[in-house]
Amino acid sequence: MMDFGFVLSKSSTVDLNKVDLSMYRQLEKLSPDVRTCMACGSCSATCTAAPYSGMSVRKVILGLQRGNDVSAMLSNCMLCGKCTMVCPRGINTRNLILNLCRIHETGGRNDR
Amino acid sequence: MTDRIASGFHPFVLPFLIGMAFVLSYCLFGMIRIILQLSKEDRRKFFMSLITPKILLKDVKDIFLNCLIHVKLWKRNPVLGYMHSSIAFGWFMLIVLGHIEVILFVPARAKLLYYPIFFNYFVSENETTLRGAVLFFLMDFFLLVVLSGIALAIIKRFRSRLFGMRRTTKPAALDLVGLYSLWAIFPLRLIAESLTADISGGSFLTLPSNWLAHLFMGHELYPLPAWWAYSIALCIFMCVLPFTRYMHIPAEMMLIPMRNAGLKIRNLNKGFAKVEVLSCPGCGVCIDACPMIASRSNVKDCTVYLNRQLRRGNDKRIDQISDKCLLCGKCQAVCQVGVQGPDLRVARRSTRGYGINQDYSNISATPLEKGHKVLYFSGCMSQLTPRIGKAVTAVMDKAGVDYEWMDRDGGLCCGRPILLAGRKEQARQLIAKNTELILASGADTLVVNCPICYRVFREEYNLPGVRVVHHSEFFAELVSKGMLSPQNGIGKICYHDPCELGRGCGVYDAPRELLSRCGTLVKAGHEKELSICCGGSLGSLSLNFSQREAITRNSYADLTVADPDVIATACPLCLSTYSRYADRPVMDIAEILMNQQ
Repeated sequence: MMDFGFVLSKSSTVDLNKVDLSMYRQLEKLSPDVRTCMACGSCSATCTAAPYSGMSVRKVILGLQRGNDVSAMLSNCMLCGKCTMVCPRGINTRNLILNLCRIHETGGRNDR
Repeated sequence: MTDRIASGFHPFVLPFLIGMAFVLSYCLFGMIRIILQLSKEDRRKFFMSLITPKILLKDVKDIFLNCLIHVKLWKRNPVLGYMHSSIAFGWFMLIVLGHIEVILFVPARAKLLYYPIFFNYFVSENETTLRGAVLFFLMDFFLLVVLSGIALAIIKRFRSRLFGMRRTTKPAALDLVGLYSLWAIFPLRLIAESLTADISGGSFLTLPSNWLAHLFMGHELYPLPAWWAYSIALCIFMCVLPFTRYMHIPAEMMLIPMRNAGLKIRNLNKGFAKVEVLSCPGCGVCIDACPMIASRSNVKDCTVYLNRQLRRGNDKRIDQISDKCLLCGKCQAVCQVGVQGPDLRVARRSTRGYGINQDYSNISATPLEKGHKVLYFSGCMSQLTPRIGKAVTAVMDKAGVDYEWMDRDGGLCCGRPILLAGRKEQARQLIAKNTELILASGADTLVVNCPICYRVFREEYNLPGVRVVHHSEFFAELVSKGMLSPQNGIGKICYHDPCELGRGCGVYDAPRELLSRCGTLVKAGHEKELSICCGGSLGSLSLNFSQREAITRNSYADLTVADPDVIATACPLCLSTYSRYADRPVMDIAEILMNQQ
């Protein structure tokens, strides 16, 4: 094949047959406003913990929607609340993080 | 004065005795249980305070002034103050005088518990003495005082607005039973004593009404039903007391010594916190004070309802109320008993278990440049409002302060937000990291422009040799030393007291002093310890963006009553919250100072 300097990746980033959305569903119940996220990344830009654990609420939400484990990112969150203040959709991200930390105890601990 | 009934007993005293025995044993067992629930260290502290003469004296003084005279309430609302102290102090005096009467006239009966209460039934007056007349006068006088208090209470129940309370608590069913029996006790006592006044003697209240009774009912009066009713009303009141808000009467007498001993809230359902919850009189003063009632749906989330739910053990509601609160501390500032609403809520939040427990051991913050006397910490919130940091540093440059900006390029959080979420262990880790950084820098002053950080630095950090100051205090010092000389000319300024700086740390004057040099200070509707939270507080976990809007607008309207040209504040969070809805400039103190150089 001719080398154009780029290739198309396989369309298998999210395999909906394999994905486990239980964590995201639980979060939706506790923080319904998570559905309004438009992944703008304002939260990531302001995050105090981002330099240390790669924390980004945007990535956390996307990760959950793809059934990924996000606990490593959350491990350095300091709950400072800046992400909540800049969210253009008015999502209460600080409470969302707390809820997420709580669900990990009650439910999907073994979620990959 | 002699005994009229040889046995010194009549069955109508039985209901009273039953009620008394019940309430006394309930309180005694409750007290023992609560003392046993205290941690070992707390219990030692409590007992030590009881044998320290200075603290003991303060206990007695506080109990007398707060439980009987209600001094704090007098200061806030004289009518309510009179209502409460007339009932409490009047009733207390009736009991004391009753005992004096028994000891003076029938000392043989002094060991009978019910005698002072029903004294007038059991004695007859054989000769009028000056001593007796004075005592009878005092008894009638204090009965009248109590009755006037009850009359006010009845009016207040139906027209609370007349007493300056816009909203009052909705009483629970059992509270109503207690309330009505309390209302009934004293009129019944008046009737009972009046009907026997021609035998036992009386004074300006009971003798004329006895005469009136004779006028309508003829020669023969039947006083017994009235005495029965009086005794039964007392019995009902005392039997329901432990399960109603009237439990605050005995509980507050326990709360005051415990607070003076320096106990803190640890476990929400045990020990000190339990006493605090029981001490809530359910008056509802905190409802009008709460910033959240800007939208009516939040009325049931005020501290008085938290206390009620805590008594009932309604876990779901306790969680909702605890998570919603802004922790602005105004309910505590206005509370007559001093119930620590915010601390109760944080204690509740800290009982929750989490699957992910944040750990910051992987973070190694870069050490600070050494050799500067002053460290400046701007905090997370100021990163969203960089103009504050610019202004603070510009002012410090102007004054020639040698400083180092700790978190110019971002740093660790101070730990207060996570502490407010009830996660003490995580907060402790952040505090340890920051402490290490600050102490290693060798600075002797830490200037903080965010009241949220300022409070945690003052309360939770241990920084030997480092003075922590808020930038308003620091700049006020620079001005008084002549290192800064602001020009007056910005026009009318209204200053908003941030919750954490004012109620939290007691800093009210330094910002005002600075601002009065830059312009003309005008008053807000509510100031100092009554200032209304901006609604942006990190204290609330569950209030979302749109729910906060009403709170912010209400608080902002309170700041603009005197039509200022500029709204000044000393908190980056208040600044960004108000800026969203403001129709005039909202500025930090540092910015105003910078502009007026």
